[in-house]
Amino acid sequence: MEQIMNDHHFTFNAAALVARADGTLWWPDEGLLCVSDLHLGKSERIARRGGNLLPPYETQDTLWRLKAAIAAVQPERVICLGDSFDDITAAQSVPEEARRSLMHLQAGREWIWIEGNHDPGPVDIGGTHRVEVTVGPLTFRHITDGKTIGEVSGHYHPKASVRGAGFARACFLMDRRKLILPAFGAYTGGLSVGHTALRSLFAADGLAILTGKRALPVPLSACLRR
Amino acid sequence: MGMRDLPQRFQDWFDSKGWSIHPHQQVMLDRAGEPALLLIAPTGGGKTLAGFLPSLVELEDGAHEGLHTLYVSPLKALAADIKRNLGTPIADMDLPIRVEDRTGDTSYTQKRRQRADPPHILLTTPESLALLVSYEDAPRMFKGVQRIIVDEIHALAESKRGDQLMLALSRVQAMAPGLRRVGLSATVEDPAAIAHQLARHPDPCPIVMADPGPDPDISMLVTEETPPWSGGGAKYSIPAVLDLVRQHSTTLIFHNTRAQAEIYFHNLWLANEDSLPIGIHHGSLSRDQRSKVEAAMVRGDLRAIVCTGSLDLGIDWGDVDLVVQIGAPKNVKRLIQRIGRANHRYNAPSKAVLVPANRFEVVECVAALEAGREHDLDGDPKGPGPRDVLCQHILIAACAGPFEATELFRQIKTVGAYSELSRAAFDDCLEFCATGGYALRAYDKWQRLKEVDGTYRLRDPRSAAQIRMNIGTIYDVETLKVRFRRAAQSLGEVEEAFAASLTPGDTFLMGGQIVRYEGLNQMTVEVSRNKGREPKVATFYGTKFATSTQLSQRILRMFQQERWPELPPHTAQWLQLQRDVSKLPDAGRILVESFPHDGRANLAIYGFAGLNAHRTLGLILTQRMEAAGLNPLGFVVTDYALLIWGLTPVADAAPLFDPANIRDGLETWLQGNAVMKRTFRQAAIIAGLIDRNTRGGRKTGRQATFSSDILYDTLAKYDPDHLMLRITREEAMRGLVDFGRVEEMLQRTAGRVDQVNLDRVTPLAAPLFLEPGRIPVFGEARERLLQEKTEELMQEAGLTDL
Repeated sequence: MEQIMNDHHFTFNAAALVARADGTLWWPDEGLLCVSDLHLGKSERIARRGGNLLPPYETQDTLWRLKAAIAAVQPERVICLGDSFDDITAAQSVPEEARRSLMHLQAGREWIWIEGNHDPGPVDIGGTHRVEVTVGPLTFRHITDGKTIGEVSGHYHPKASVRGAGFARACFLMDRRKLILPAFGAYTGGLSVGHTALRSLFAADGLAILTGKRALPVPLSACLRR
Repeated sequence: MGMRDLPQRFQDWFDSKGWSIHPHQQVMLDRAGEPALLLIAPTGGGKTLAGFLPSLVELEDGAHEGLHTLYVSPLKALAADIKRNLGTPIADMDLPIRVEDRTGDTSYTQKRRQRADPPHILLTTPESLALLVSYEDAPRMFKGVQRIIVDEIHALAESKRGDQLMLALSRVQAMAPGLRRVGLSATVEDPAAIAHQLARHPDPCPIVMADPGPDPDISMLVTEETPPWSGGGAKYSIPAVLDLVRQHSTTLIFHNTRAQAEIYFHNLWLANEDSLPIGIHHGSLSRDQRSKVEAAMVRGDLRAIVCTGSLDLGIDWGDVDLVVQIGAPKNVKRLIQRIGRANHRYNAPSKAVLVPANRFEVVECVAALEAGREHDLDGDPKGPGPRDVLCQHILIAACAGPFEATELFRQIKTVGAYSELSRAAFDDCLEFCATGGYALRAYDKWQRLKEVDGTYRLRDPRSAAQIRMNIGTIYDVETLKVRFRRAAQSLGEVEEAFAASLTPGDTFLMGGQIVRYEGLNQMTVEVSRNKGREPKVATFYGTKFATSTQLSQRILRMFQQERWPELPPHTAQWLQLQRDVSKLPDAGRILVESFPHDGRANLAIYGFAGLNAHRTLGLILTQRMEAAGLNPLGFVVTDYALLIWGLTPVADAAPLFDPANIRDGLETWLQGNAVMKRTFRQAAIIAGLIDRNTRGGRKTGRQATFSSDILYDTLAKYDPDHLMLRITREEAMRGLVDFGRVEEMLQRTAGRVDQVNLDRVTPLAAPLFLEPGRIPVFGEARERLLQEKTEELMQEAGLTDL
């Protein structure tokens, strides 16, 4: 019951959706779970490019949380909204252990990889690869095109805070036309909703849904004030 | 051993100066043959000459080839100062002695030349010496060295720099078996402990005590105006301190933090109607600015200097006749040593005035004065040698060439701090240096040593450069340079965390002037001049000392007195009022006050365990309160108490103090905390797990924090018994976490908790509400507040659903 209390139920373009505290989007009527920006293999990429060596455990951590998210709602369909792999090389060199975990998660359900800017090509792991996908009134793609009504996207890793009530949390952003998901991957930074790149995307009556222990909706205007 | 006569030209030189040799200088000469000797003498007692005299005498005939004496001091500036001071007798007596210094500031060509053709006397720092022993040609350089003089050894002995120095010394001793050791120390509480560190074990190290001279004349400033309830500014004292400056020829005005020094200096100038020449000197100012002030000081151009500990160590400041200490001294030993700076005339008492910054510090100052009079110096016994420094030492040894583990272990065992080190503990460190430890064995980066035919060597000889670049044990807070826009010259430095908290337009104090933050350019904080009188951002961070255990005990004893005739009436009345409405804290019990204030339930806990231990206790207690559904929201700490506020009043606080639970909090919950991560980071940098410097340039603090935090989390999750985590837990007993003092409090009070429930704030708790540095607790209470807040905002905006 705790689970339900912590979720935020809302209607978006006539679809009854649930923003979950863990940062995933659940669409019960379609049995569809959507996650964005997993960035699997980030540490390998940074090491490859000669940066600081991060231990590779973050991929495992992201997959464990994904497993928990899937176990909680038992979706029939999972959409990964792009930037699932930190780059194409990461996608092609997923460690054996992680590959097995992914296969377990994919078993018995439809799995769609949407292409992102980090992972534009097809990857050699189960599931279908699509640039975008439309389900009923909703369109799923990696980066918003700024026009489509009923669009669900990722890419920006939005974060927001409310003045006088704690630190910035990863959040969903939405108005009547579009919905942007928070990043699900470990070690992914965030873009503050106050940033012009995000601010300009949303209507004045937009909403942020903070994640963490509970999914808490708050007017975007209240986040932008700082 | 009989009296050794001074050679004729030395006697003549003393005579020409109208001096006679001090008794302890004679003793140092007589006993120059001892393998190790420690001199304890007050400042101004000719301590340095006592150390060097035997070297000068031995070198008089010009027969010695190569390096004879190594001199190590904690400060670069001190090495330069000594070089000047030694120049006088050498020139006057025309001695055939070459003296050179070698520090981080010495040029590359000079350093190369020194290795090929070392001077007779080399003046250096612990880090530069560690670097020297890391070179392959070190044995050639150190082959004939006779003596090593460790100056201000009391200052080094307190820190890891001392451990590193003694380890380096064990290497030098192996190259030069005849090496004799001399330590020069200010007055300390436990000379034997320092002798233990200096000795080559198991050889003894005799101690020579010089005449300590007359006791200093210390008093507390009593002003018309009463000190405020809280804060560290002591602004109220400005007119009185200006009066003191007028009455003396040169005054040093010491502060505990850089921020306080800046603010005080600013206020002094605003009130300085006579335009007395007053300067400022602290560690955040650029070297250029500091040397300007130092030069003006030496010329006698300044009437006063506002300063911090950066001015603490043995540099000769000439005619200082008054030391003013703003804020409680926190530590009696440091106070006495600081005051010793003031007067370089051996037989006249030094004069000092303490200025309490707030009401509570009045009590602390009076307690410190009492301790000073009774020669009750404080100090914590030092534990065994830290293993992070040992790891660095092993890597340094590998840079110099292949080594046998058993031989290196034997050398390390001659170092006092490591004399109890077990072979297993050594092998542990060696294994870490060789492979990085179990969880990290898959990474080439940490595979640094290989074993070939019983000797260890660097797997990749090129890594020596990287290791050398990271030698040192001083943990610098990462700082950024501050400069005016389009100006090349830097004004000084601020901590990275402070810079990150600024937004353009904020004004703050730097080098005594108000500057306006414009932005961050590359790694530099750009500012512009600002004409305002009050800076908007009042502070930047600085080191904060915790009040010593001994001084805290003394304060607790004072609280138990019937009356307080030694305290000014305002403070005595305040304590009496506290006794009337609540209780005064007692050393054997924990006093807890519970009362509502400002719509929150408050808990004031008088732990008297010092700032850092109270912060740790606050983190653990609030976690326990969170688990018990008591909804804590935040806390604030001082040296004597912590104040926790939340949504739910605490009916019975006693169970919170169950020692087993508090220890468990350290083991489990505190593991994920930022203070533990910082402790890990410091140890990981020293042990060589993380590079502070890379060939591509210095890492910024945030980058290093990012990767060290992830490393910490990884090790905690996958290899909790990793050597670096064991070292981190050990380090957590002191320093930032200071769990040792939490333990001390738990033992002292043995579960005796006195809870007083009141309907309002008590006199002793009131100042806590004015303390800065509140620490939020991110728990259910905050979630609840956030939920309320978001719901309120949603309603306000008229949004219920989209």
